[in-house]
Amino acid sequence: MFAYYLDLALRSLKRNKVLTALMVLAIALGIGASMTTLTVLHVLSGDPMPNKSAKLYYPQLDPRDLDGMRPDEEPPKQVSWIDGMNLLHAARADRQVLMTGGAGAIQPSNASIEPFFEDARFTTRGFFPIFDVPFLYGHPWSPQDDDASARVVVLSRKLNEKLYGGADSTGKVMHIGGKDFRIVGVIDTWRPTPHFYDLMTGNYSDSEGLYMPLTTAVDLKFPTNGSRDCWSNSANTDMKTANCTWLQFWVELDTPAKAAAYKQYLVNYSQQQKSLGRFQREPNVHLRDLMQWLDYNKVVPSDVHLQMWLALGFLVVCLVNTIGLMLAKFLRRASELGVRRALGASRRTVFAQLLVEAGAVGLVGGIGGLLLALLGLWLVRLQPSSYAQLAHLDLEMLAGTFLLAVGATLLAGLLPAWRACLVTPALQLKSN
Amino acid sequence: MLKMTHLSKVYRTEVVETYALRDFNIDVKEGEFVAVTGPSGSGKTTFLTIAGLLETFTGGEYLLDGVDVSGLNDNARSKIRNEKIGFIFQAFNLIPDLNVFDNVEVPLRYRGMKAAERKQRIMDALERVGLASRLKHYPAELSGGQQQRVAIARALAGSPRLLLADEPTGNLDTQMARGVMELLEDIHREGATIVMVTHDPELAARAQRNVHIIDGQEVDIAEDPRFHAEHAASSHV
Repeated sequence: MFAYYLDLALRSLKRNKVLTALMVLAIALGIGASMTTLTVLHVLSGDPMPNKSAKLYYPQLDPRDLDGMRPDEEPPKQVSWIDGMNLLHAARADRQVLMTGGAGAIQPSNASIEPFFEDARFTTRGFFPIFDVPFLYGHPWSPQDDDASARVVVLSRKLNEKLYGGADSTGKVMHIGGKDFRIVGVIDTWRPTPHFYDLMTGNYSDSEGLYMPLTTAVDLKFPTNGSRDCWSNSANTDMKTANCTWLQFWVELDTPAKAAAYKQYLVNYSQQQKSLGRFQREPNVHLRDLMQWLDYNKVVPSDVHLQMWLALGFLVVCLVNTIGLMLAKFLRRASELGVRRALGASRRTVFAQLLVEAGAVGLVGGIGGLLLALLGLWLVRLQPSSYAQLAHLDLEMLAGTFLLAVGATLLAGLLPAWRACLVTPALQLKSN
Repeated sequence: MLKMTHLSKVYRTEVVETYALRDFNIDVKEGEFVAVTGPSGSGKTTFLTIAGLLETFTGGEYLLDGVDVSGLNDNARSKIRNEKIGFIFQAFNLIPDLNVFDNVEVPLRYRGMKAAERKQRIMDALERVGLASRLKHYPAELSGGQQQRVAIARALAGSPRLLLADEPTGNLDTQMARGVMELLEDIHREGATIVMVTHDPELAARAQRNVHIIDGQEVDIAEDPRFHAEHAASSHV
């Protein structure tokens, strides 16, 4: 019967072209606006490591003095060099990484390319396995390279293409900040969104082009990016000993039990540091998993949420209009429906027939909505926001567009279809 | 075939109760051709819509083909309508978007019949009414008489046990009306049970039996002076 209903629906839609066009337009506008904002929200609030996010945790400690202490105050969002190194070397997690953002001045060997600054990640080796970073050529540097502040570097695919035309550059030597570095690896395209592992350098920044050992970068005093939180009015500028938090520390913990044990370890560590006189406050630790960390940092801009609610409100207005138009359309066909009832169609049958017609309107409206959403996303990409370039429709949202369009239109069709199938056939047949 | 006993239909508002049928009785045997007559507003059409299960009744009993239809839900009533009853309306009630073939097909679709059987039945029904050559025509392309023939074909296609006709010639000129009436008589001669509502005494006279309704009750036709007046008027014309 579905094919029959669909055939009837198409005939009916063709019969009242203007009314059909108005309904399709209302649905398309509502869906277009909603899908534009929902896609932006989907891209911005997505899980950057869907297979691993529940195992990645961001530990926080509170090494600050008592000045300005407030009850229930959150610990700093980063760790100091001393705490970072202590936690790293304790190696209580399955994996761990300590890092910061920075920049490197590159002097290309190819004279046709002018020297330039490239965003860099100064990190321990753990960065690559903990975040499942894919390698195109070579491999990460060794643990010994971390300990020895070796002058080794890993390039992004994009930077490798710029400097070496995309060829395997491992083993080559490149000049960064006036020093020679040996290339040990080139990573494949990798851009987690949001830029979760370091929100200090931008929630939606592009991945870095250079990766080098943290110890190497600190020893060479390469410039770092991001924020620095210092206390005790310290005039100490040595970042290894200063009372400043400036590093991000991530751990991988494979089970909730390990996470609970690690949190207890952080408490114990804080107590130990307090007893040693380094920490002054009572232990104040947090251990959020990746998604909790993004949520805590309110990564998705508040205006995106507002836009989404406004667009959904607009969709509701469009649906209310569609209900009115559909009601008019269905009730105008009361005599036809009366005849069908007389010839053996039950209320349920008529209801199903009209819902298929509503679904057909939704499907066509969905196509229109998709085109409008693509236009809307193109307009978003023209904006100067950091996340603008990420606004693309993926397959999931494409399917979502049609599901939302058909679902919303079916919902809008429920009342008109119900009203129409309640029409008394006897009255309609008499009135003819 | 169709038996109503002490049947009543009451329309209620907050302030008034109106009896469309009151203590109404009728017994139509299988194979009969019965005309239900009466003046406008007498309850003829209400009787027909209740007989066709398009409306419920307030009291009494209605047996259709031996089945008590009171208390049946909408699905069951629709199934009976589809399988046992054929309707012929005064205004033809063809669906304007559908061509002749598709119009006749409508009740068969709701029966879940396979395409080949549907096609065979449609062709048989249209040949029966002499319109097999107009399959692709739309209602607007047909004369009134042809439209009513399509409606009759639609009613016949499902091989119903009972044909209910509501003023089947009311919208037709004399010549077309005669043709349609002759077709109904042929169908009756082939064994169909027909109940026809009409206020036309001439048409009523062509049925085997007349049931006269006044104020929602069946009465002896001799008791209705209006019937004699109308009959006399139509005889002069």
